[in-house]
Amino acid sequence: MQAMQILINALVLGSLYACIAIGFSLVWGVLNVINLIHGSFIVLGAYLAFGLYQSLHLSPWYAIFVAAPLFFALGYVIQRLILNRVITAPVLVTLTLTFGLDLILNNAMIYFFTADYRKLTLSPPLGSVSIAGAVVPVDRLIATATALLLTGLLYLLLRRSRIGRAIVAVRLDRDAAVLMGVHVPSIYAVAFGLGAALAGCAGVLMALIFPISPLTSSAYLGKAFVVCVLGGLGSVSGALAGGLLLALVESVGSTYLGPSHATTLSFLLLIIFLILRPQGLVGRKGFE
Amino acid sequence: MPELLRLTGVSRRFSGLQALRDVNLSVAPGEVLGLIGPNGAGKTTLVNTICGVTPANSGTILFDGTDITRTKPYQAARRGLSRTFQIVQPFAEFSALDNVAAAALFSQPGESLKSAREAAREHLAFVGLDAQADQPAATLTLAMRKRLELAKALAMQPKLLFLDEVNAGLNSAEVERATELIHQLARSGITIVMIEHLMKVVLNVCTRIVVLHNGHPIADGAPREVISNPAVVEAYLGQQYAQRTARHG
Amino acid sequence: MTRSNIALLILIACVAALPLFGGAYALRLGTIACMYAVLALSWNVVGGFAGYPSFATAAFFGFGAYFAGVLMGKGWPLAAAVVAAAIAALIAATLLGAVLLRLRGHYFAIASLSLAEVLREVVNNATDLTGGGMGLNIPLASGSGVMAEATFYFYAMWGVMLLTAIMVIVVAQTKLGFALNCIRQNETASSMVGLNTTLAKSIGFGLSACFVAAAGGIYAAWVHYIDPSDVFDILYSVKPIVMALMGGLGSPLGVACGAFLYLGLEEVVWRNYIQIHTGVLGVLIVLLLLFLPHGLTSLRFDRLRRRAKHA
Repeated sequence: MQAMQILINALVLGSLYACIAIGFSLVWGVLNVINLIHGSFIVLGAYLAFGLYQSLHLSPWYAIFVAAPLFFALGYVIQRLILNRVITAPVLVTLTLTFGLDLILNNAMIYFFTADYRKLTLSPPLGSVSIAGAVVPVDRLIATATALLLTGLLYLLLRRSRIGRAIVAVRLDRDAAVLMGVHVPSIYAVAFGLGAALAGCAGVLMALIFPISPLTSSAYLGKAFVVCVLGGLGSVSGALAGGLLLALVESVGSTYLGPSHATTLSFLLLIIFLILRPQGLVGRKGFE
Repeated sequence: MPELLRLTGVSRRFSGLQALRDVNLSVAPGEVLGLIGPNGAGKTTLVNTICGVTPANSGTILFDGTDITRTKPYQAARRGLSRTFQIVQPFAEFSALDNVAAAALFSQPGESLKSAREAAREHLAFVGLDAQADQPAATLTLAMRKRLELAKALAMQPKLLFLDEVNAGLNSAEVERATELIHQLARSGITIVMIEHLMKVVLNVCTRIVVLHNGHPIADGAPREVISNPAVVEAYLGQQYAQRTARHG
Repeated sequence: MTRSNIALLILIACVAALPLFGGAYALRLGTIACMYAVLALSWNVVGGFAGYPSFATAAFFGFGAYFAGVLMGKGWPLAAAVVAAAIAALIAATLLGAVLLRLRGHYFAIASLSLAEVLREVVNNATDLTGGGMGLNIPLASGSGVMAEATFYFYAMWGVMLLTAIMVIVVAQTKLGFALNCIRQNETASSMVGLNTTLAKSIGFGLSACFVAAAGGIYAAWVHYIDPSDVFDILYSVKPIVMALMGGLGSPLGVACGAFLYLGLEEVVWRNYIQIHTGVLGVLIVLLLLFLPHGLTSLRFDRLRRRAKHA
């Protein structure tokens, strides 16, 4: 029974982790930028859901439809106005720049919302169901389903749509894409916008489950790192695989070693993967 | 004659692609060996494998009596294997002098920065770059950067020197100059293995030729013999052409 | 020795005169200034000379703070504890470097960033030794008075800064510095000319950890109380980079000036905008990277001079 509970927990958590990480992975893969604002975007999305629920009693499911376009626009503008100016600079510069942006956003959130932890409590509560002997809260289940849905949507977008193919083309071979008539800066902006939108939506889902505070942003960012490295960079399936693996390791680790060791374990796993298998579970080697 | 380099059954795969297949090859001291073959035949891979950049999956490589199959590139360099790159690899911000000094400094244990720079000046003079000694490598022309590569390789006091397409991208005057340099090197007793596409240079300089095709040597011998070998002609020009030339003698 | 390195030593000598002029507040700032200079100069060995985007400074700093802090808690004198922390960091980082420095670019950045996370969690969980999240109290050395103590810690930190500067200057002028320079420009070519790149990078990494750990140890003794979220703060990794970018990558003098300048800005921001000081810091970082990509060297004096000549 315990094994079943661990497995179900890992599935639920893993889908959420994948959802946290896909936007980050997309930006890293396409723009070659480690986007340190990602965690704060997620928290901002959570605040959006919280605010909409408190003031308008708008359920988080609908909040996603508000968050997606808003965050897309935010990301698009940030990329176009700021990030694009240093996009060809070395890692050090782009990484430090997004760190600076993160400081601004995070500090703004602390300033306006304070660092206190808040909780979005649905009324009436949704209760929980029992699946194969494991107990799962319904709100988590819905969040998981939505996370998988979002992941699937991104996959379809990249596969089927014109803009999606252009994004993949830029990721695979920037110079060739230019020759095929792709306008790279706008693809970068769209990809960054998509990354932000996914972060915002992930934040909405997180609001259902976890307490909300600007202080949690680095934890989300850390998960995104680990998932990307475990799964392999820039592919939707990689993010899913990485998310599930991380969740499984954390669930097993916290059951047998205690919850405080789960994070240590995940970062150790990150370093081991970086050294032994930098291409990740499903990534291809030399596919930076 | 004692051998300087001996490859026995050397193979190398890259995820599905068999880049080198059962290569047997020996190089005697003082030889100037031409390594030719169509694009993608595995010539550069062979050099990379000998130098330890892409170690062999199987087979052994003996250099000067010691097994170097598993040595790292820097160890191979210190043993007296040096090379130039097809795509030049300068230290772009360094002056030409410091580029060569780096090669002298790191390949000889115990060399000091000062003595390395002194040695570097001589090598730069040898390749005719003394006037550009203080210029950053990034500002040199392609022909100059190729000569800089050569000076770097020489500063390592090689026993065996690999020249990977030193003439690619050069005009005919520059080629002539480079060829003259190679002649001088050969006369000074350095053993040379050169990858070269210009037949004129190969026939002019090499004492022996090995032809690589699909990662495997298909011919080995004196230059004139090898290039009239039907298998070689076929590898380069396709079967039909080879049959035609055979018919017409 | 180059002119700029001589200028660096003169600058450091001038800083030593601070206690003659300032009170407790000036000494506090001076101590932090020296600490920042240690972090930035050390980072420069890996980030500036070898060109590896290291975010491991916080890991070394926290390591040193805890290593020395725990030893001092067991009754070791400050100097012995700090030296032990520095040597331990040197050895640990050299060994770790041999593994981590095989990664390049983004992967190295993330791995080095994660190092602080791993250490923070380890410290958090090793409650018996470190006090975990409750933090660690470091016993007071002696009740010799506020000013005497402030002066003592200032000179301790200053001493580490001097040693760091000497280390950086020596590295820059010897084979190791030349090797790291080669690695930054073209790592493949470096190994092809016979340079053992792994060894050079690892030693560089070890040296850049050693003095940061010493500064961490002195910091721990100075503030008497450390906790994991304080000393493993990622800001300790990012600030040295900002300082180095401000002063111009690679030049020790520039980097040290960047550290002092950064502290000045930080102090102004902190005093005037306490609630939004990290946000203002973020704005500074963004502006710096967008408009002065080569730090203050973007405002080259020779350009001004040339303009003056034309006028």
